[in-house]
Amino acid sequence: MAREKKRRQTGRRSRIATAALIGAGLLLTGGIYAGASAAMAATGDSTNTAVSATSIEDGKKLFQANCATCHGINLQGTADGPSLYGVGEVAVHFQVSTGRMPLAEQGPQAPAKPPQFTDAEVAALAAYVQSVAPGPTYPSPEIIDGKGNVAEGAELFRINCAMCHNVAAAGGALTEGKFAPSLDKTTPLNIYAAMVTGPQNMPVFSDMNLTPEQKRNIISAILYLQHNDSPGGFGLGNLGPVSEGLFIWIFGIGTLIAITVWITAKSN
Amino acid sequence: MSHEDDPLEHERASWKPSPGLAVAVTDPVQNNELPPHRERVTDKDPAAMKRAVRTVYTLFYLSVAGSVWAIAAYMLFPIEDGQTVSIRNNNLFIGLGIALALLALGIGAIHWSKAIMSDKEFIEPRHATRGRDTTREAAIKAFADANEDSGFGRRAIIRNSLIAAAVASIAPGITLFRGLAPQDTPTQPNAGNPVYLLSHTMWKEGSRLAHDPSGTPIKASDVTLGSAFHVIPEELASVPRSEGYLDEKAKAIVLLMRLPQEQLHPSPGKEDWAYDGIVAYSKVCTHVGCPVALYEQQTHHLLCPCHQSQFDITHEAAVIFGPAARPLPQLPITVDAEGYLVARSDFHEPVGPSFWERH
Repeated sequence: MAREKKRRQTGRRSRIATAALIGAGLLLTGGIYAGASAAMAATGDSTNTAVSATSIEDGKKLFQANCATCHGINLQGTADGPSLYGVGEVAVHFQVSTGRMPLAEQGPQAPAKPPQFTDAEVAALAAYVQSVAPGPTYPSPEIIDGKGNVAEGAELFRINCAMCHNVAAAGGALTEGKFAPSLDKTTPLNIYAAMVTGPQNMPVFSDMNLTPEQKRNIISAILYLQHNDSPGGFGLGNLGPVSEGLFIWIFGIGTLIAITVWITAKSN
Repeated sequence: MSHEDDPLEHERASWKPSPGLAVAVTDPVQNNELPPHRERVTDKDPAAMKRAVRTVYTLFYLSVAGSVWAIAAYMLFPIEDGQTVSIRNNNLFIGLGIALALLALGIGAIHWSKAIMSDKEFIEPRHATRGRDTTREAAIKAFADANEDSGFGRRAIIRNSLIAAAVASIAPGITLFRGLAPQDTPTQPNAGNPVYLLSHTMWKEGSRLAHDPSGTPIKASDVTLGSAFHVIPEELASVPRSEGYLDEKAKAIVLLMRLPQEQLHPSPGKEDWAYDGIVAYSKVCTHVGCPVALYEQQTHHLLCPCHQSQFDITHEAAVIFGPAARPLPQLPITVDAEGYLVARSDFHEPVGPSFWERH
């Protein structure tokens, strides 16, 4: 009995020791990381107000540390990643602020994930890329203010976007694991950026295809969808017959069967 | 059970098994009567019966409340102009009220019959399907008498003229229905010819490719690499909605894409159907006619969202997956003197799915 107790105590001690060791290690790494990123954020914040030489310099460091492995030290591209010539600041904003870049792994498509950089760092990266490989720039604020013509924007959305992104902007499947993402949380700037730069398999919608005013209307229509509940009640993901069919087959027919069983069962 | 007033007594007495169906067995099924009657809680316990009664009338009153609520909701949640949220509230609350009213009514009725009404089993005998011989004879006699009185069988000329009149009376209906079909008119000489209509679209030589829906013509220089334009003929934008706009649009819609020239693989004779890497393909799937517009600008594949047919734009929209049987028809294009993209001709084959005259 005593021996058992002793062994259990030793066991517990050793577990505590392991946990403490891991905890100390994590704290140390986390502390260093937090300190480093805070420092980075601080450098980014100080240059956030305007695109200055410092933020371009910061962006260059960030680019070399995080992007150059695949996109090349001079943005020329490598076997693992495309060239960034001509993508411009707005493409960098789209890819990095949605967490699509840096890419976690090669796959059919880069999925959105929690962003790895602060807004200031994204701005610095974008400024650097724009300085060495100019391309589409940030839009004027009124393009993304969401105050355009929602009805016209919705018609343009149905013609140009809805076949992939779904008529309720809920997203949809493409071929071989690729997909058009849902737009229910996409920011106006990123909607604009996606149209102008055509990320991944999305076609480009240049200003000759959709004028800036039409882009403003489309953005307004998507924002309207984001901010207004579906008039039909529960949207069930707005995925159409799949989710609605599943619901009615399971719950609708299930209820009918339960009622039928109850009606025909003898009362006790 | 008493047999004194058995209404089927005479049938029982006259019934004989038909010779073809009678089977003699050594162990005929014995009439075991009904299983013993099981009393419900409500039969044994007056308190339970009281509870059941209370449940049923509560449900019925709940149903009344649901109906009243539905009327109240109609007034409390009116549909106001332009407010989708008010439509939703209106539908939701009226619907909840009506659902409560009907469900409570139904559940109450079923519960009433199951728990309170008598559930003593009893046997209700079936009568034979065949009528009594006297009844059958009377029926036949009635027909024979009617035939004799009216002379339907004897006066063949009246009978035949009646049949002729009945058949002829259907003919005007058929004529009228035929008149509902589209017909050729002097202005639209092929309006009654579905094969012609399915084989031709609004595109003709010199038609400018224009933005859908504005009808703004597109310059070749506007179409950058990686772009996808949704295109209609320029003339379509001025067709009124009431004069076949959708019918024409459904056939004429086109997707315009620009690829690096070296990625295109035109077959002999079609080299000049594209302009500087810009290609135009019908947007109507050759399977069952869904709009194929899911363009992947890196793989240059077009995906049909309905049944997952995939078309490879680099190889003249060849089918690479899915149920579609034919490539998407290509619209031959070039540029006019002002640099606008124009069609060189109509499609060279019918767009969309197969029909009877096209396999």
